Amino acid sequence: MSSNASQIRAGIRSYILENLLFTSNGAELADDASLLDRGIVDSTGVLEIVLYLEEHFAIKVKDSDMLPENFDSVDNMVRFVERTRAAQ
Amino acid sequence: MTRIERLLHDGLLMAAADPAKATKTAVIVEGQAHTYAELMHEALRLAAAMRERGIGRGDRVAIYMDNTWPCVVSVFAVLIAGGVFLIVNPQTKADKLAFILDDSGALLLMSDGHLAKEFQSALAQMKRPPAVICSGALGAEVEAEPFDAVLAGSAPSAPNPATIPPDLAALIYTSGSTGNPKGVMQTHQAMVFTAGSLIEYLRLDASDRILCALPLAFDYGLYQLLMSVRLGATLVLERSFTFPAQVFARMLETGVTVFPGVPTIFAMLLSAHGRSPLSFPAVTRVTNTAAALPDEFATRLREVFPNALIYKMYGLTECKRVSYLEPELIDAKPGSVGKAIPGTEVFVLAPEGNEVAAGETGILHVRGPHVMVGYWNRPDLSAQMLKPGRLPGERVLCTHDHFRMDAEGFLYFVGRTDDIIKTRGEKVSPAEVENVIHRIAGVREVAVVGVADELLGQAIRAFVVLDAGVAMSERQIRAECAARLENFMMPRDIVLCVDLPKTATGKVSKKALLENPPV
Repeated sequence: MSSNASQIRAGIRSYILENLLFTSNGAELADDASLLDRGIVDSTGVLEIVLYLEEHFAIKVKDSDMLPENFDSVDNMVRFVERTRAAQ
Repeated sequence: MTRIERLLHDGLLMAAADPAKATKTAVIVEGQAHTYAELMHEALRLAAAMRERGIGRGDRVAIYMDNTWPCVVSVFAVLIAGGVFLIVNPQTKADKLAFILDDSGALLLMSDGHLAKEFQSALAQMKRPPAVICSGALGAEVEAEPFDAVLAGSAPSAPNPATIPPDLAALIYTSGSTGNPKGVMQTHQAMVFTAGSLIEYLRLDASDRILCALPLAFDYGLYQLLMSVRLGATLVLERSFTFPAQVFARMLETGVTVFPGVPTIFAMLLSAHGRSPLSFPAVTRVTNTAAALPDEFATRLREVFPNALIYKMYGLTECKRVSYLEPELIDAKPGSVGKAIPGTEVFVLAPEGNEVAAGETGILHVRGPHVMVGYWNRPDLSAQMLKPGRLPGERVLCTHDHFRMDAEGFLYFVGRTDDIIKTRGEKVSPAEVENVIHRIAGVREVAVVGVADELLGQAIRAFVVLDAGVAMSERQIRAECAARLENFMMPRDIVLCVDLPKTATGKVSKKALLENPPV
């Protein structure tokens, strides 16, 4: 599957809105907001996001990748997915 | 002058006054090291600022913060000012925060800028909202004094001399089966005693580096800080276990020697270990409480922590900790949570009040200086937990948990007598979750139960019956829950059904729900 940055962003946003914020209102989620600060993710939430990314973007997330710089905002996740796909 | 340790902040005063410890690292917060002298200096300044703002002996100060440096400074500042601190989990939403602020009568709220949306919404609901001091970035709309400016504008002054050991040091809010949280009153002398008892059996000393990735709002997290400062040891404070790889890296980097966890954390750690081996040879003590550690976990944890003693413990907020199993007995006494902590005793009583024979099940009672004074403002609920003891005026704690004790005095947990759910090591009151769902327009009935889950211990399942003709999605219910409940209280499953099973008296039968779920 190939998708560009904007498709990746749209996918991640809609996953978080639907499954962690339970809304369709995109204004609820700023792309640069810290999900930890906003109380949106916790340890099980991060695992759910990882599963989603692995399934939808055909990447493998290592335990050592599970860091705030890769997962604490939509922007960080988009960059992480792009970087990981480029390296695979 | 010889200083005697009577008050909860005396350990800090002693460490800061000791030239060998003043320059030692007291706390490493997210990688940033702070010395004892620094902690003392900032706490004295903040305490002076609190006193200027009217905080005196016995006044409550709420700390609604993440595991941060300002949070640590605030805890000691409140004590030094003569006040009583209460730490509120930063996941707490506005309604519950307003309840706790109101219930405690807190005059001051310490918080973080990123929590402004919730605390402002809480304060707006209150008749007499507390003043706010806030760390981090503050938007123009936030009515609060900035933490850094308050510190900068304040000169250190001596600790409040009026405080004596039976004064309250903390209110520790805990979930209750009635739905609203209750503030467990703990005195300076009780907390000084308890920290000492825990230090003794955990065999801790000043050379230890204690990890705390548990919330400081949870007494298990809080005591890591209290024990560490008491000893003049070093606390490695992490915000959470959300990003385990980050915590693991910090443990290696800082040479952590003590790893406190709950079964959910150990399950995540062992699962990570299964994918890519982990090893922390510097860790010499691993502790578990909040929920039972499965015996097979203990065996596998030895691969990850090859040099650690593994402690199984049991406790409740009302006395902090009840028992621990000597780590050398972990194989000899599978399933046991050991014996009473040093300086305390336990007995297992029949409903009639007599001690049951070895091996028989009864209600666990606890006696010792660690038992709470009661619940703040709730003499009715306090009376249910505190029962007359053998000495005149003495109170012992009735845990309401079923236990048995073997012939050698080792305790085994049998079950709870209330319907509290234990998930991820946290206590969740089904009534609290039910109240939130019940408030949604269109919901006729709701019942919340705990179901077994390998990772969480128990997962939360809500059975919801809608009013006739109402169409509501599971997502709408989740959205309401997410707006009002802490993450760990969110139902994992929402089951929409047409009716709930009832008992003969018309009450929802949770037993029937678990045995025979409706569809």
